[in-house]
Amino acid sequence: MTEPVLSCRGVIHDYDETPALLGVDLDVHEGEVVAITGPSGSGKSTLLLCLAGVIVPREGSVLLGGVDLRAVGERNRAALRRQSVGIVFQYGTLVPELTGEENVALPLLLSGRPRAEALKTASQWLERLGVESVARTTASRMSGGQRQRVALARALVATPRVVLADEPTGALDSVASDLVAGELVSAARNAGAAVVLVTHDARVAAFADREVHLWDGRVDDTDPSIGAAADQQVLQ
Amino acid sequence: MTTGHVLLGLLSRGQQHGYDLKRQHDSLFPAAKELAFGQVYAALGRLRDRGLVEEAARERVDGPDRTAYRITPAGREELATWLARVEPLPVRAANPVATKVTLLLLAEGVQRTVEHLVRERSARVDRMRELTAAKHMPGTTLQEVLAADHALAHLDADLRWIDSARRRIHDLEGEIA
Repeated sequence: MTEPVLSCRGVIHDYDETPALLGVDLDVHEGEVVAITGPSGSGKSTLLLCLAGVIVPREGSVLLGGVDLRAVGERNRAALRRQSVGIVFQYGTLVPELTGEENVALPLLLSGRPRAEALKTASQWLERLGVESVARTTASRMSGGQRQRVALARALVATPRVVLADEPTGALDSVASDLVAGELVSAARNAGAAVVLVTHDARVAAFADREVHLWDGRVDDTDPSIGAAADQQVLQ
Repeated sequence: MTTGHVLLGLLSRGQQHGYDLKRQHDSLFPAAKELAFGQVYAALGRLRDRGLVEEAARERVDGPDRTAYRITPAGREELATWLARVEPLPVRAANPVATKVTLLLLAEGVQRTVEHLVRERSARVDRMRELTAAKHMPGTTLQEVLAADHALAHLDADLRWIDSARRRIHDLEGEIA
């Protein structure tokens, strides 16, 4: 198998001596969609922040495209993140005063692309996600679902190798959540990006290729094949 | 809910043969058990005896007579009453996993019980992934999507129960230890 796009080994982290992660290993391969699930406090958001290089864990390593995030300085970490990672948060954090198009163009503008080109690419992404109607609407006037689609377009516009999404549908009702989760996964697949999706909602996690379930800072690793011939009628 | 009520609902759109009713039922309710022909004819017979449907036409096409039925005014009234009624709630939801968890705790201890809960969880997550993929296939009908949503919501409820059972067992173990 090829080298993972993103991986971590033995990640341990705590907040003021309260343990959050107690030794997590994870490999995410190109184009793969992985859901990280677990109850509140299980460490899933902390893991995502470690994978994004926002938090440097107390112990363990995080490799993004083969580069150890601990070994590079904060400035290089930020540059690496801009190049290779798209991030989506729960509430579609957009700049409220900017239009849909301008919000999506931001990552391109930050990496020095000319404004006209950046805006053109941004409007193509808005169209791809079915929200071209808000290209010239300021973010403060958009609905929750529109904001989330715009945030998704912004995460994908710089063709990242991996999209990290923290509860991307957490603020939406179940039908809208279904739509946005489906769009996130299919848009990322079409763009060839891997996705790491943190969610407490098993129905959203079911869009992923596989699930990593965290419990008290550790990955559940009980062999699921034991008893796999269980009575399937229960599940029908 | 009875088969008779479902047939009345299907007949409310126009007269039909038993054969068509069976086919329509099976395609409209993909999550339900398929109706047997005998079941359809027996239910139609009971509806006719109660004056809720009546024979509309009898025809022969390469074989035995086929009878088309139509709903009567009394049948429409019965259908409207049934449609307006809230479905009875289950007195208690059967949960075979809960039984197994109790017995696992008694017979094999906390560690085995937790491992078992993880496997029960994993089986449900796999099933949810299959249902989600099937639901988003091109050409999936609304009925299929609704049936999948229902199954997904129930599996999700199972997962929540599994997580809370695990948390409670964990807390209990902490208190006892």
